[in-house]
Amino acid sequence: MAETREEQAEQTQQTAKNGRVIVITSGKGGVGKTTTTANIGVALANLGEKVALIDADIGLRNLDLALGLENRIVYDIVDVVEGRAKLRAAMIKDKRNQNLALLPAAQTRDKSAVNPTQMKQLIAEILEEGYTYILIDCPAGIEQGFRNATAGATEAIIVTNPEMASVRDADRVIGLLEAQELRNPMLIVNRVRIAMVKQQEMLAVEDVQEVLGNGVKLIGVVPDDETIITSTNRGEPAAMSETSLAGQAYRNVARRLNGESVPFLDLDIKEGFFDRFKKFFVGKK
Amino acid sequence: MAFNFIEKLFGKPSQTTKAVAKDRLRFVLLHDRADIPAPMMQEMRRDILAVLSKYVEIDEAALEVYLEQADSEMALVANIPIRRVITHLSDAPTA
Repeated sequence: MAETREEQAEQTQQTAKNGRVIVITSGKGGVGKTTTTANIGVALANLGEKVALIDADIGLRNLDLALGLENRIVYDIVDVVEGRAKLRAAMIKDKRNQNLALLPAAQTRDKSAVNPTQMKQLIAEILEEGYTYILIDCPAGIEQGFRNATAGATEAIIVTNPEMASVRDADRVIGLLEAQELRNPMLIVNRVRIAMVKQQEMLAVEDVQEVLGNGVKLIGVVPDDETIITSTNRGEPAAMSETSLAGQAYRNVARRLNGESVPFLDLDIKEGFFDRFKKFFVGKK
Repeated sequence: MAFNFIEKLFGKPSQTTKAVAKDRLRFVLLHDRADIPAPMMQEMRRDILAVLSKYVEIDEAALEVYLEQADSEMALVANIPIRRVITHLSDAPTA
């Protein structure tokens, strides 16, 4: 066990020299890719990493909102790719943490505006700037946008919810990533409703893992948390808040990415009166 | 609703929705991963039948061919009820 952790840390350090390029993807829409990208980005930056976030969801720009940077956009990814703007001019540095920068998506173009070759060039250029992490927010779906977003990545994080459709899509995406040589993706199970899991009315993280198989490595468990909504309303990712449970979960993801061994949050809630009542009469397993 | 509640409390230990979801998910992933379209399955079934019929007489109606997950491996499972073994190869219909 200790050996694998050391190996992991070593591996992480090795790749960190050149910067790690991680695509955040899911297949299904609405599972929390953008929120996840924003939060891990913020958390990594707060750990002292130099983080570039790329919004690859061209035509449906949203990462800027999650980060509260929407008013500062001048140029976007397509402007850079088509030579109208320098990379540095398009990258928006977060004033709250200078380690964090966003390359926004174009809002008025479509997924074909950037091709895989251009994406790879762009990533190489960003790495030259000394970023230690590039996180790419992938659009939903498995078409052109997905191929573009994954083209330059060397690692992948799959976000899924503990429900059938998103797990099924995650499985499909795992297969597609494999075809692109992105093996053994990391897994974040998002929007876990602890009370429902306890009542056996929602897939548990272990179930999701079991169904998806050994090829994926669990790197985060994020509870369904209202602070995600309120923090997005404010444009301040939950990872900035000390009191947000989801924010804590994302900070843990960042530390695990950095090679630290962090135990998963204890999401166990106190047993309510009804549970005890039920247990008494029904004798639940 | 009320009945539901009572059933949940005192009723027979029905399968939880989690267990249902997990079973359904397992099944659907099996087929997604296999990526074997139904017509191909049918063809495979026919071919298996043709080959085996050279040696044994098969109860065609009861033949089952399906995919199953065994640990992390996928298995093609065929349940082939044999009526009788064809002892003389010459008896076999020329396939």
